[in-house]
Amino acid sequence: MTQAYIYDAVRSPRGKGKKGGSLHQVTPVHLLKNLFDALQERNALDTAQVDDVVLGCVTPVGEQGADIARTAVLYAGWDQSVAGVTQNRFCASGLESVNLAAMKLMSGQEDLVVAGGVEAMSRWPMGSDGGAMVMDPRVNAAMDFVPQGIGADLIATMEGFDRETVDRYAVRSQQLAAAARDEGRFARSLVPIRDVCGLPLLAHDEFIKPDTSLDTLAGLKPSFQMMGDMGFDATILRKYPQVARVQHVHHAGNSSGIVDGAALMLLGSAEAGAAQGLKPRARIRACAITGSEPSIMLTGPAPASRKALARAGMNVADIDLFEINEAFASVVLKAVRDLELDMDKINVNGGAIAMGHPLGAAGCMILGTLLDELERRDLSTGLATLCVGGGMGIATIIERV
Amino acid sequence: MSINFEQDAQGIVTLTIDMPGRSMNVINSELEGPLEAALSRIEQAPDITGIILTSGKESFVAGADIEGLFHIKEPLQAFELAQQLKATLFRLERCGRPVVCAMPGTALGGGLEIALACHYRIAIDHPKARFGLPEVKLGLLPGGGGTQRLPRLIGIQAALPLLLEGKELKPAKALAAGILDALASDRADLLAQARAWISANPKARARWDDRKFRIPGGDSKHPANVQMWAIAPSMLRQKTQGLYPAPQNILSCVFEGCLLDIETGCEIESRYFAELAVGQVCKNTLSSLWFQLNDLKKGAARPAGVKAPPFQRVGILGAGMMGAGIAWSCARAGFDVVLKDLTLEGAEKGRSHSQKLADKAVQRRQMTPDQAAALLSRIHASASVDDLAGCDLIIEAVFEDRELKAAVTRESEAVMDAQGVFASNTSTLPITGLASQSTRPAQFIGLHFFSPVEKMPLVEIIVGKQTSPETLARAFDFVLAIRKTPIVVNDARGFYTSRVFGTYVMEGMALLAEGMDPNCIEAAGRASGMPMPPLALQDEVSLSLAWHVAEQTRKDLAAAGDPYSPHPGLTVIDKMVNSLGREGKKSGRGFYDYEAGNKQLWPGLKDHWPPADAGLSQQDMIDRMLYAQALETVRCVEEGVVTRCADANIGSIFGWGFAPWSGGCLQFINAIGLEPFIARAEELAGRFGERFAPPPLLHEMAHEGRSFE
Repeated sequence: MTQAYIYDAVRSPRGKGKKGGSLHQVTPVHLLKNLFDALQERNALDTAQVDDVVLGCVTPVGEQGADIARTAVLYAGWDQSVAGVTQNRFCASGLESVNLAAMKLMSGQEDLVVAGGVEAMSRWPMGSDGGAMVMDPRVNAAMDFVPQGIGADLIATMEGFDRETVDRYAVRSQQLAAAARDEGRFARSLVPIRDVCGLPLLAHDEFIKPDTSLDTLAGLKPSFQMMGDMGFDATILRKYPQVARVQHVHHAGNSSGIVDGAALMLLGSAEAGAAQGLKPRARIRACAITGSEPSIMLTGPAPASRKALARAGMNVADIDLFEINEAFASVVLKAVRDLELDMDKINVNGGAIAMGHPLGAAGCMILGTLLDELERRDLSTGLATLCVGGGMGIATIIERV
Repeated sequence: MSINFEQDAQGIVTLTIDMPGRSMNVINSELEGPLEAALSRIEQAPDITGIILTSGKESFVAGADIEGLFHIKEPLQAFELAQQLKATLFRLERCGRPVVCAMPGTALGGGLEIALACHYRIAIDHPKARFGLPEVKLGLLPGGGGTQRLPRLIGIQAALPLLLEGKELKPAKALAAGILDALASDRADLLAQARAWISANPKARARWDDRKFRIPGGDSKHPANVQMWAIAPSMLRQKTQGLYPAPQNILSCVFEGCLLDIETGCEIESRYFAELAVGQVCKNTLSSLWFQLNDLKKGAARPAGVKAPPFQRVGILGAGMMGAGIAWSCARAGFDVVLKDLTLEGAEKGRSHSQKLADKAVQRRQMTPDQAAALLSRIHASASVDDLAGCDLIIEAVFEDRELKAAVTRESEAVMDAQGVFASNTSTLPITGLASQSTRPAQFIGLHFFSPVEKMPLVEIIVGKQTSPETLARAFDFVLAIRKTPIVVNDARGFYTSRVFGTYVMEGMALLAEGMDPNCIEAAGRASGMPMPPLALQDEVSLSLAWHVAEQTRKDLAAAGDPYSPHPGLTVIDKMVNSLGREGKKSGRGFYDYEAGNKQLWPGLKDHWPPADAGLSQQDMIDRMLYAQALETVRCVEEGVVTRCADANIGSIFGWGFAPWSGGCLQFINAIGLEPFIARAEELAGRFGERFAPPPLLHEMAHEGRSFE
């Protein structure tokens, strides 16, 4: 089987996902163009040799609709022979792109593939694409749909993570992210974003709040209490009758932030990379996708990680660093508990609670961050995993070469 | 003919619906045929300038005929039935002339759907007139375009509560909601306004037939509506537990229909209608809450042909919760009431309950201040037996103690009308025994009210061994007169309702005794469709009371030399009351802790009933709770306590809220099918005890291929 290698990874900084956010004025296609330019330039890439671009986008409507991958390829001025496909695996989309690219390479049907994702959350808010799961009452009821925050709160309730526990985790994320940014640990991947006339818009992640403390978080009201009381709690508790009531502990400060951002990764076979004069940084050891209980939606990371580990013939102990997407604090804490992980090995540079979670791009971003950190620490193996809407989990294991 | 066709000099046609031999117009083939004929005439007569659709009755049209629908088993047949009515309404709506619906009164269900297909709606502002789409209450949905036209008229979010709850609006409210366009003072005004509108709007058509039409508040994909759609199924199922497909299908009709054009929406509505019409929940609901309930109200359980002079003056003994509630219900229906307690203070306190209810009714404009004052003036608080003179009905609602009841019976009978009836509101003590203390046992009967009386719709009439047919007939008429539903049962310990209700809470406690998780027990109770989970319910009715009744039963059976086999749930009550001092909600401590309005299962339950190694599935728990009640009902039928299926079904739903989706305790068995019910009951008996063994009557019926009817 052909090996899939990572040659480069780039990402935009994450801009606050609302009016006034530094990336709010950039169209998602132009945001991607910044990264396509950088990828081409950094690798002196002959774009005609790229077979396909796989991009994740969770709200593929409006400016992000109609296959933004192909749109961005052409807008960025890459060779017209480069195809493009957009897919949506909810929060896993960015990592799904990488996994699909790896599978294309491993199957031997393609040689050089760009993977990544984009989400302009400030311009096309979550849910703008509707979806039967949410808006069609018959489907919604059949699935026992509840918003993810309700599931996150139920995880906290069942695992006994009280408000202080989840808040403490959030503070950790902020402190580690701030330190990483200040030390320049993200520098290798970060591409400063410029507007149409080249003026700088954003060079660093702007969502981080380094001053966050248990005290500042204590003042925040639970975000999902009201909608829980309106009926969502009852829906999920019908599935978990042993639980008397949902303890609502998540709020804006211990949940992932809404941000704009994009990421790309260049993957290829050994031969295709050599032909471009590129040096591989890591190889994809294994990847996995799995379904989990769909009402909670957020318990996929552990089973997906186990599946990927089994496929790679590895154990948890064989992994040097983990990135577990910080959708909500309880998600990370539960994955850590289920996989019996050492906290010192997970999310060592903070995560989405501090920096934000640009849905379609996040998976690709955290894999890039993981690779940068493995190199910085001169470690070998890393595993990135995310919980996924609709009750799924994804994981990818990489190994430096 | 059901429709009178009359054309005036201005070319305005007045179609007056007036179905012969009926007090109200209903939609059936007798109406649809003539309506189609009238439309054909209109379509071919270009000189007609407008149409007024009205009714010759006090009301407009009451709804669709249920009888035919009840027997439909094929979805296609139900689909076509709905499509046919809709095709007629589209012809009316698109006849090219302005159409005004001029309603002298009530328009419900299909009646309102006809009105919605007109271009303008006027109704006489009559206090009894009601407008609404109550189909959901029968397990159905408005299949005549109601789920499509109403949201297009008043917006999705305003239409949904009306469709989902089947609320009926008074004229002023219907006007404010936008369902009516204008109110009229009388018939002449109604028709004059209709004519004026036609003259002023010669080119009127349905607003949704305009290409530029937008649904008020946006269509189904409008962001504000998308947010609502996301939570609507959860909000709904918080109430229905997902056991009622009708409101769920209504959501789908509105959601899907309001993404599309009205014709497509209407056809989709017919599909969802057909799914409901052939479904079991609709059949259950119609058979009990429509046909059987109507039979009961028409007097199915009343001795036929017996003359029964109405009561004039009602004496109520005991002014506690029950007595006070009964006093209100009687006074509300126009009876003079003597509310007697041991002290005048106590009696006055009971009367003040009616004062509070009257104040609330006035505040809600359900009553004028004059009506309230008149009602209160009919309730005479008293501490003197002599004031019972002239009462021809006395209802005792004193403490459940035989001696006390005997004493009040004797002293009342000494002063009351000698032809009158003495009724006991006991919920457990056999009537025949109580009647033995009466000098006139033929005039002695049980009238079992439910708490809170002002809200609960049922009265269980208990016929003692010596109760005369006339006494029963008078009591029956009285219950109807106070606007409650009577069921009639024969005398036995616990009668029907208390006896069967008890098996539900007992089963919950048996599950606890077996080490089932209390949260899971309660969740199963909710999921079964019972209005309250068993442990919470036992707290409400009080554990000490349950213990008292159980002890009384044990002593009585011992005294009579009858065998006594205590329910396994009883050990839980014993321990709760006698060792743990947790007597229920009133004392603030029961299965739940009640602190500052916060109700939580008492964590100590797990210490006293340690969790079992393996839990039961929720379905096992649900079946135990529901089968226990259904089987006890069968035993009541077997023993002759209950003699009519309608009494059993309506009594179970109205009395203690037995899973209404099932159509009642016996319909529950019909719906499952006797053979499968017996098989499951036998399995439960094998696993959980003989109380689940199917009684011989069931085997017999299954053998003969009968069901409960």
